[in-house]
Amino acid sequence: MSDITKTPDLNRTLPVLSVSHLEKTYRMGERTTQALHDVNLSVNKGEFVCLIGASGCGKSTLLRILAGFETASSGTVNMYGMPITGPGPERGMVFQDFALFPWLTVRDNIAFGPHQRSLPKAKLDELAGYYMDMVGLTKFADFYPGQLSGGMKQRVAIARVLANDCEVLLMDEPFGALDALTREKLQQDLLEIWERTRLTIIFVTHAVEEAVLLSDRVVVMTAGPGRIEEDVTLTLARPRNIVSIEFNQTRADITRMLSSHVYMKAAA
Amino acid sequence: MKAASPRWQQVLTAVALPLILIAGWHVGVRITGTRLIPVPWDVGLMLYDFAFGGIYDDAYSKSLHIHLWKSFTRVYAGFFAAALVGIPLGLLIGRIKAIREFVDPTLQLLRPVPVTAWLPLSMIFFGIGPNAAIFLVFLGAFYPIVFNTTFGVRSVDARLFEAAAMLGCKGPSLFRQVVLPASLPSILNGLRLGHGFAWILIVVGEMTGVQQGLGATIMDGRMLSRSELVIAGMLVIGVAGFATDRVLVMLNNRLLQWSPQHRV
Repeated sequence: MSDITKTPDLNRTLPVLSVSHLEKTYRMGERTTQALHDVNLSVNKGEFVCLIGASGCGKSTLLRILAGFETASSGTVNMYGMPITGPGPERGMVFQDFALFPWLTVRDNIAFGPHQRSLPKAKLDELAGYYMDMVGLTKFADFYPGQLSGGMKQRVAIARVLANDCEVLLMDEPFGALDALTREKLQQDLLEIWERTRLTIIFVTHAVEEAVLLSDRVVVMTAGPGRIEEDVTLTLARPRNIVSIEFNQTRADITRMLSSHVYMKAAA
Repeated sequence: MKAASPRWQQVLTAVALPLILIAGWHVGVRITGTRLIPVPWDVGLMLYDFAFGGIYDDAYSKSLHIHLWKSFTRVYAGFFAAALVGIPLGLLIGRIKAIREFVDPTLQLLRPVPVTAWLPLSMIFFGIGPNAAIFLVFLGAFYPIVFNTTFGVRSVDARLFEAAAMLGCKGPSLFRQVVLPASLPSILNGLRLGHGFAWILIVVGEMTGVQQGLGATIMDGRMLSRSELVIAGMLVIGVAGFATDRVLVMLNNRLLQWSPQHRV
């Protein structure tokens, strides 16, 4: 067996996010679809957690409930023990399709959140400048999103929630629409940002390699109805080397967990 | 992409067709020997006299500026009123379900009624005079403005609202900071369409009940069997509509700098 161990429940600190007995059903006319069933999850401060699973496993739904864009049908979803009732600046979402404001420049997109708090202009410029520097877009301050590449847009999206003082970064397949080279670069940059800011990150992906490269913990979800199947802690040392034996062993283990459920479903 | 041809070449290409049409017009009148349609040269003389006088010295000599100004003020009174009502109403219809359900069916029911069919009622409501014409212009510009604004709001990517909510933008500032700019391309499109209709309807509106204005001039030309006056009036309206549309295009391109696909 590789460096995978079942997550021990030894955390004495209050978790940043805690989800218990979460259920989510959608009603479409007469039919109801159960998207999530009895989901329990607890995320500690500074953890990098990947939610992984095939499409339809509810991983994005879970993320959107954490963001406050959707509500739970039953169960509790708390941040520092307080129920999440809607979107808020402390939970910053990074969408796969960026969702930047196309009429604002890079600088103004990043300053959008702070601007809502009516900070003075000088402070806004300072914040935007700081985060543009962090994501390496200082030279593109006056560009509009339409003039940027996909990778640059996603950098703006990350800087936008960082500038708004988010504590939890919720990322919904953020690099899924990017080419391989850009994706690798952004993964490295995200790790650097994470190490620098010690943010808590929940990262949805369907790429096993990405999950193993990035996270402290991989939460494996399965469909029909969506639920958490495995919750594994990775003990691989950082920085991780994707060609190392340990890395590949871990990747193989997680792939097996994912595919065993897919095969079971196919056989059923 | 092909390299753009030189400027003079573009201009030459653009004026070629009008020149051919004018030549065809001249030849057509000469061949048929009609008295009902003047040759282009006569229209040119009429236009000169209409603007500067000194040729015919009749009621229409040197009166272009008066008629143009009258029509111009009516067009923009109606157009700005339509924008002032249409844009906020469109934003509300697009964004607030209760208002949409209350107002939209009525608008959809009224829309198929040709605006020109409102002329008799308009004259009853607003009396014989310029206000009836302004009302027609208002109505003609209002529909495209309100419907395009609504469409613009409805087609804003839902993700943008989520992003805004997550960043702490809600309530009235959401309208100003997200709804309005996101639907601006459609709003400007509606304004441009409405502006075109405004210049069309001013002619209909001025055909009865007013003494001055380009529509009234065209109608007088018909009564007096002065086709050259009719055509001169048509040309002035065409040029005025075109020139003011260019202003709107400039405004459009300036406000939509961020969106290359919406630049005209």
